[in-house]
Amino acid sequence: MNLWWLMLACGVITFAIRYSFIAAEGHYRPPTWFRRLLPFVPIAALTAIVAPELLLVQGEIMLGGGNHRLWAGLVAILVASLWRNTLLTIGSGFVALFVLQRI
Amino acid sequence: MNRTQAFALGLRSVMPLLVGVGPFGVIYGVVALQSGIPPLAAMAMSSIVFAGSAQLLLAQLVGAGAPLLLTAGAVGLVNLRHALYSASVAPILAHLPRRWKILLAYLLTDEAYAAAIPHLLGGNATRSPDAHWILFGSGLGLWAGWQVSTLAGVLIGTQLPANLGLDFALPLTFIAIVVPMINSRVLLAAAAAAGGMAVALAALPYKLGLFIAALAGLVVGAALTRKAK
Repeated sequence: MNLWWLMLACGVITFAIRYSFIAAEGHYRPPTWFRRLLPFVPIAALTAIVAPELLLVQGEIMLGGGNHRLWAGLVAILVASLWRNTLLTIGSGFVALFVLQRI
Repeated sequence: MNRTQAFALGLRSVMPLLVGVGPFGVIYGVVALQSGIPPLAAMAMSSIVFAGSAQLLLAQLVGAGAPLLLTAGAVGLVNLRHALYSASVAPILAHLPRRWKILLAYLLTDEAYAAAIPHLLGGNATRSPDAHWILFGSGLGLWAGWQVSTLAGVLIGTQLPANLGLDFALPLTFIAIVVPMINSRVLLAAAAAAGGMAVALAALPYKLGLFIAALAGLVVGAALTRKAK
């Protein structure tokens, strides 16, 4: 029974976080500096997710050839900047990873 | 863009992320059962909490017999970054009735946000009154994928799936989304600050490093914008 209450509490907390600013919009006047931060949310948040995935292997920074995901990720970054195509980027990253794991 | 087109665009945009989310959902299902959570509760959690990393942590803490308050607090910390997404989409959803805001907030995950945001910020989509259907499409697509994959994990039950490297689809798709958005030095600096900080703080518990790193990216970006003016 405790488990269900715990799940419900976690669900409410998670929803409250996601709903917070959406609910508050229109009911408060955010300061200018706050508005200036918002355009950077997608790039900052998503880069913060990606960087450790590429650079860290079991919690340690690994820049050498043994870190296949880093080099495959760099290939994907290059392809993304040249062609701006989602499927091509993902495909190139997977192909690079596949090749690197076999040489 | 009409509703159907917007919904389809959101759905289409989230598809590559489902490749990476699938194995993650299976892992959650298996870990939940191994932690002694009954199958029905494990499945219900995917609807009630609906947050990948938080569910995995929750299952592990339940399995370890951690105190309830600590567990709930930890789940809150892990999901703190979603407040940033909430602030980011709030102006776009401002005109909607409350039921829409509640629905889209419930569906607001890393993946749904990432898949929809280039379309929400780019061009005339923000001015379209139906732009929120893009977010609904990506959110519902991810929700369905998460339910199916956690169900698969709960059914497989005892053994973790072989690591095929499919989870790499997540960072790759995020790269495909972020890199084309970086079209100025200020944006590049914001990305570098966030990425560098995330690596430096990766050891912090409850994904706090992620949250602080994202904040660092916002501050660097805003500070440099001001300087450039």
